[in-house]
Amino acid sequence: MKEEPNFEETIKNLEQIANELEKGDLNLDESVAKFEQGMKLSKMCNDILEGAEKRISILIKKDDGVTEENFNVE
Amino acid sequence: MDYKAITVTDLNKYIKDKVAGDEILNNVLVKGEISNFKNHYTGHLYFTLKDDNSLIKCIMFKSFAERLKFIPKDGMKVMVFGTVSVFERDGVYQIYCKAMQEEGMGSLYKAYEELKLKLEKEGLFDARNKKKIPFMPKVIGVLTSQTGSVIKDIINVSTRRNPNVYIRLFPVPVQGEGAGIKIAEAIKYMNDKKLADILILARGGGSLEDLWPFNEEVVARAIFESNLPIISAVGHETDFTIADFVADLRAPTPSAAAELAVTDIDELKLKILGYNNRLKLALKKKVELMRLRYEKCMMARVFKEPLQRINEQYIRIDMLVKSLQHNIINKYKDRKSEMITLVSKLDSLSPLKTLTRGYCIAQIGGKAVKSINDVKKDQEVDLRFIDGSKKAKIL
Repeated sequence: MKEEPNFEETIKNLEQIANELEKGDLNLDESVAKFEQGMKLSKMCNDILEGAEKRISILIKKDDGVTEENFNVE
Repeated sequence: MDYKAITVTDLNKYIKDKVAGDEILNNVLVKGEISNFKNHYTGHLYFTLKDDNSLIKCIMFKSFAERLKFIPKDGMKVMVFGTVSVFERDGVYQIYCKAMQEEGMGSLYKAYEELKLKLEKEGLFDARNKKKIPFMPKVIGVLTSQTGSVIKDIINVSTRRNPNVYIRLFPVPVQGEGAGIKIAEAIKYMNDKKLADILILARGGGSLEDLWPFNEEVVARAIFESNLPIISAVGHETDFTIADFVADLRAPTPSAAAELAVTDIDELKLKILGYNNRLKLALKKKVELMRLRYEKCMMARVFKEPLQRINEQYIRIDMLVKSLQHNIINKYKDRKSEMITLVSKLDSLSPLKTLTRGYCIAQIGGKAVKSINDVKKDQEVDLRFIDGSKKAKIL
């Protein structure tokens, strides 16, 4: 399975790219490449945020170990 | 009969002196239940201490009240230390309290202070041992009671901040005998099985006794040894348990712990959107800058009037051609006049000229006969006249 990208690192990279691009000392080709890379990272961040699934569970101790079940707040 | 009466003031003063001279009354430790508690705006505390059969007025001045580690209230069983003295004006005696403790808490406080000092010396509270709270933990492990408002608050706050949050509750008893060991085991279990990225150890408010499991050494050690970062949220904002000191981060309330553990997803999305806009703006600016540069270049004369330079060259070529022509013509003229001179010279020397004057040239085979020795008798010669030639014979 593909290693899931780390959100913190991804958003850090995104921030760095935004800073580099804003400095403006890259040539046009480099700028476009950075821009594309940044947009890719931003999509990755969004995907991570959207991709997670809500789950509230409770760990229940039983004789043969611990099982995980959905937990509903009364 | 003459009675000698003293004044009320004298009497009260007498009693006051008596009381003041009594060593026991100067330093009393009294236990009882608080009633009639008043927190005066001046900061002084007024209350009554009572048991089933009796009561005594108490006052605690602001300077002492400020040192209290809890807020006294009616019904609370306490122990006060102070001096009994008489208030002359009203003829009442009361305890001037210098210190107060919740009754039964004395030994617990002592244990708390001792453990705190010991663990602090060992470095369990050191900032350099604190683990970083992950920015976006995937699974949030919560150690608390599965009933009650604490887990509800945590779930509510967490899901509000991130609707896709993953919370794993490991239910533990949060008060009473044996709770500490269970909490410690739970911390270890979550670590061993790597069941979370961060742990929240939480409990609602309660008395020092209720919070006691969180002041136990076994819990403190388990928190310290945990590889997972732990946020503690035990009791109210004013309660500091040993667990709070050892934890990587202390939250004042369980809700606050959830806020610290769960990143607000809307905030993040806004942040990402912000970066997107910055990227777009920066690229747009870059392109605009390049366009301006291009336009500046195109403003140069060479691009504005591209034929100018070529025309200039044409003119130059024309001029060169002209001067070349001029040169050639001059040369030609020079030569021509030179030739004319030569021709006229030649002309004057030409035999043809002589012929016009009536001479003729005798020729043999095209060669002029220059001597009589060149000819013999009967030899035919050509006589060249100006207008032609005729054969002749030597006699």
